[in-house]
Amino acid sequence: MSDAGRRTRLVGVMATVIALGLLAGLATGAGGFSPLGFWADVQGRDAGLILGQIRAPRTLGALMVGALLGLSGAIAQGLFRNPLADPFLLGSAAGSGLGVVLVLAGASIGGASISLATVAWMERVGLVAAAFFGALAGVAMTLTLARGAVHTLRLLLAGVVVGVLLGALSDLVTIASPDALRGKQAFMLGSTSFMGWDALALMGAGLVPLLVLAWRLARALDALTLGEDSAMSLGLDLARVRLALVAMLSLGTALAVSQAGLVAFVGLVAPHLVRRHAPGRHGWLLLASAGMGAALLLVADVISRALIAPQELPVGVVTAVLGGVYLFWLLKQRTAR
Amino acid sequence: MRALTPLTLARLCCASMALVAAGCIGAAEVLVRDDRGTEHRIAAPPQRIVSMLPSLTELVWVLGAGPRLVGVDRYSNWPADVARLPRLGGMDDAQIEAIAALKPDVILASTSSRAMDRMEALGFRVVRFKSDGHADVRRTLDTLARLLGQPEDGARVWARLEREMDQAAARVPIGLRGQRVYFEIGGGPYAAGTTSFIGETLTRLGMANIVPAELGPFPKLNPEFVVRARPDLIMGGQREQVALAQRPGWNSLAAVRQQRVCGFDPAPYEVLIRPGPRLGEAAALLADCLVRLGAGQSAARAGASAASPTP
Repeated sequence: MSDAGRRTRLVGVMATVIALGLLAGLATGAGGFSPLGFWADVQGRDAGLILGQIRAPRTLGALMVGALLGLSGAIAQGLFRNPLADPFLLGSAAGSGLGVVLVLAGASIGGASISLATVAWMERVGLVAAAFFGALAGVAMTLTLARGAVHTLRLLLAGVVVGVLLGALSDLVTIASPDALRGKQAFMLGSTSFMGWDALALMGAGLVPLLVLAWRLARALDALTLGEDSAMSLGLDLARVRLALVAMLSLGTALAVSQAGLVAFVGLVAPHLVRRHAPGRHGWLLLASAGMGAALLLVADVISRALIAPQELPVGVVTAVLGGVYLFWLLKQRTAR
Repeated sequence: MRALTPLTLARLCCASMALVAAGCIGAAEVLVRDDRGTEHRIAAPPQRIVSMLPSLTELVWVLGAGPRLVGVDRYSNWPADVARLPRLGGMDDAQIEAIAALKPDVILASTSSRAMDRMEALGFRVVRFKSDGHADVRRTLDTLARLLGQPEDGARVWARLEREMDQAAARVPIGLRGQRVYFEIGGGPYAAGTTSFIGETLTRLGMANIVPAELGPFPKLNPEFVVRARPDLIMGGQREQVALAQRPGWNSLAAVRQQRVCGFDPAPYEVLIRPGPRLGEAAALLADCLVRLGAGQSAARAGASAASPTP
């Protein structure tokens, strides 16, 4: 089959998975996966509440977080020309983790002196904002340490250093304020439990411009695959393009992480799946990775809700297991050949 | 003074306290089986104890062996006297060297503490305890009492706890008995199920739980489950309670709209979430809140009937 044909097929597969995933997501509630229960809910008195306010936004939320992470992962892998790159690479995960821990610790220490409503506000709005700005701050630190995005290797190393440093700092904070530990753990595992329509609006407002920008910058990534020298000889302002790409990838990651916590592996696996089944230029790769990420996280979210309903698995655990098994299988196939 | 080994201490104890009968009973050989099924045969009740769990620290203290504690975990904070003891880290980041340097006769820890495997490998005696329900607390009390060489004290403390819980139960307003409670233990949302010690205390107070026993002690629930279950009352940490109304769909809950919630400040909340000797105090705290809610309810009802025109 030609590459174009494979791409068309992949679009078809992803669209089907997303459509089925959305349906399954709507039909998976506290009673587990049950289409009959869904029908009863639609007709029931609480349709607007259960389906409209809880189940629909969290299902769509999983989709959007997945899309953001898939897109950021594809940008990271293109930017670093490294298939192991993932969106959490540049210190964004550690930065947002530290932000969350600081707010939790601050709320528990300040609880005595500031009013409860303030603490509650800090924890609701503050956690999202802290994760968001923490992620951006982490990347900013990495960029400062690497003195801009000129050298890829230096950028990668700086990301690792910042990640370790900020991770250690947040460990220190949790030791000083054990209260923060519980909240931190929930954040590390990822969850779609409490996503509402406002979260969706926020992520949508980020996702759409990011997709448009990605489409426009895709040519630059294509040029980069030829090597940095060739890219520069094509008239590419490497430093600026890289900076723009880093900004996009950290913005996408920060948005996703602030709403759902550190959902592992989606950003790593989605671009792999796309490249493997339907290779193409970056314009295709970026958008398709977003679609693939959306499909993956949607399925993982449904599994996390259905498997032991009415209990839930943290969605990050499900994606890690799925992603891990996929990579395991992929490597085994490669070595067998 | 040089450090005394446990054995010489025990001998000293026997020699010097030969006149005091209790002293020599205390020096008799101790045989206990912990919650991992390990048999511990000790020549004499331990004199240097490290506790790596707050509830165990509290139980040891209540059994009168507080002075024998030589170190505690990072979270132990009751009674205030334990503040002077060395802190030895948490469940998974215990300070192996610091614990070893204290040369404890026995280390008390949770069955799930991984760090303690290392202590066992180093040749220390680690007695493990499970703490999900009331039965676990009772068994832990009994085991600890025998370990400490005062076997009858376990039953005595447990009897006091039962008495306190019954007293608390008697105070729960009749109008609130049987109402269905959702007790949130963490923002996951994690709930305290019927089989947890918190759930069992609630049952004892005559309250029902929206989380059935088969979900285990502390399930992470789909928030939809809670909204669907429409609990009559919601309990948990004060900070999380304030934010409940902002969760998608939760504002539809009558308990949230009418503020039929018990939010506990960090210090009392700690009493509630520790399966230790303050179970009775915890029951009293719950009863206090129920009494308050009951008073509000009857006041509201009286107000409503006064305001509504007679048919």
